[in-house]
Amino acid sequence: MTEQESRASDIRVDLLEIARLIEPGATVLDVGCGDGSLLDYLVRQKQVDGRGIELSSEGVNQSIAKGLSVIQGNAEEDITFFPDDCFDYVILSQTLQAMRRPDKMLEQLLRVGRKAIVSFPNFAHWKVRVSLGLRGSMPVNNTLEHPWYSTPNIHFCTIRDFVNLCGQQNIHLEQSMAINARGYRMPFHNLFLANFLATQGMYVITRK
Amino acid sequence: MIMLFFMTKDTIDKIDADGYAEVVTLGQNRPLLLDSGEQITSFDMAYKSWGKLNSDKSNVVLICHALTGDQYVRGLNPITGKRGWWENMVGSGKPVDTDAYYVICINALGSCAGTTGPASINSITGKTYGIDFPVITIGDMVRAQAMLLDHLEIDQLFSIIGGSMGGMQALQWAVDYPDRAKTVISIAATWRHSAQNIAFHEVGRQAIMADPNWASGRYLDHDQRPQSGLAVARMAAHITYMSETGLTNRFGRALQDRDKLAFGFDADFQIESYLRHQGLSFVDRFDANSYLYITRAMDYYDLAAGHDGILAEAFRGTKTRFCILSFTSDWLYPTSESRHISRALNAVGARVSFADIEMSKGHDSFLLDCPEMFNIVRGFLKSEMTATGVSISGVSI
Repeated sequence: MTEQESRASDIRVDLLEIARLIEPGATVLDVGCGDGSLLDYLVRQKQVDGRGIELSSEGVNQSIAKGLSVIQGNAEEDITFFPDDCFDYVILSQTLQAMRRPDKMLEQLLRVGRKAIVSFPNFAHWKVRVSLGLRGSMPVNNTLEHPWYSTPNIHFCTIRDFVNLCGQQNIHLEQSMAINARGYRMPFHNLFLANFLATQGMYVITRK
Repeated sequence: MIMLFFMTKDTIDKIDADGYAEVVTLGQNRPLLLDSGEQITSFDMAYKSWGKLNSDKSNVVLICHALTGDQYVRGLNPITGKRGWWENMVGSGKPVDTDAYYVICINALGSCAGTTGPASINSITGKTYGIDFPVITIGDMVRAQAMLLDHLEIDQLFSIIGGSMGGMQALQWAVDYPDRAKTVISIAATWRHSAQNIAFHEVGRQAIMADPNWASGRYLDHDQRPQSGLAVARMAAHITYMSETGLTNRFGRALQDRDKLAFGFDADFQIESYLRHQGLSFVDRFDANSYLYITRAMDYYDLAAGHDGILAEAFRGTKTRFCILSFTSDWLYPTSESRHISRALNAVGARVSFADIEMSKGHDSFLLDCPEMFNIVRGFLKSEMTATGVSISGVSI
């Protein structure tokens, strides 16, 4: 196994799913890029021209030490300083639900990027429904790791809610994907089933 | 220059053992044109260098020093007798690795460690310049550095790195010589001097000029120095280099060599004694007029001037890769200034990294042991080396 392949396998499966959607040589902004593993992968494997925004100092320091162009900041504020249309792709992975205004964030994603790839935990997954419906308590599991009182996730939504919001905001859903608990893509037969069975929703969205 | 008289051959050997020290006279054929409209026809630039220049001269790192700094980044400083000011950053195996890079640091124009400044002899009058020295800017300092590098036949700079005023110079390089700066690392710096920055500098200048020994700037003619004025200037400035937490942790209200208050104006508190020491040790190594000129240059600094106040415009079209670092406890050039720079760079699509490093010791953190800063600088430089395939002695690192 080469170093590149082993690095490749270091990144989370759901991030690999995102990487598959991006063409080589594209310009990419990763909003909430964490330690930069996805960006690093994209730069090495797909020769993208990448940028990142990350809030945590550990994440930023690790990203810069990897040689990535990452700025420390608040995603909702810092994204507004990028000019219109300056990226082919903007990635928002597992972060939408932590935004103060997810609706405004979607607008920003499609202002600076021609396409956005957005993934988020699905709050209508059957286990969440069981936890809420039968046990009557907020769910804590692999995708929703934090208890309610310390979660950074302040705006949970379901796949259906996301689809509705995009409809209201005149956003085109170019590709709808469902992700299972292990991070792999699963079939997206229809909205009802995906909303019941997927732990994450993943979308490629564009302006209409 | 006066100091150089006192250097024995032995000292010079010791300095050269850790990198080469040299003074070059420039400007005789092509004068240095200043932002003020004046020009300097003959001036010395003192510099020191470490490491080996590779065959295609692609491994040059320029270190820019701060307000009262000098070219003695590492090794013995003949003026202070102390070790260099950035030995933890620059050297063999250090983040700025002298095994890989050819590192050069040039004493800033207007300063007093070998480069021409107000304490130097004006070749036209045969007397020291004093305040007849023209007022200079950060841009002039950078232009003078560029002239020295031209003289050394170095065109491309792999990286320009500096903290505080050094960071301001590094940014100025990127703006004025976009084709020569491959990467820039600006640490604890700013893009323009704020009203507060200017205010603190003005206090320092007034302290110097209020000292009767300043003699309207001609003190060297009378063989005297405005030592108390300069010491007070340094004391006031030194406070701005530290954080309140840093001061409290280090000194608190601890008393100096006594167990109760003396009810007088001696240094009762440790902090007073510390500041007095900082002031006094400074006057031995720094020229008061240099302090006036360099603080003025910093006050005039504004990268957005000439761009309708829009900083991004100064960087438009840049190909340079930037690393902007600030410290959480720096209130002299606070994080917001560095963030403004990184946002301006983003606005023009530049490749920029920005990190606000958690340190409790204020502005001077860039000189201290800060593993996060070291890791970032090392990684940033190394990744650029790898990406561009710059090599030392033909071997890629």
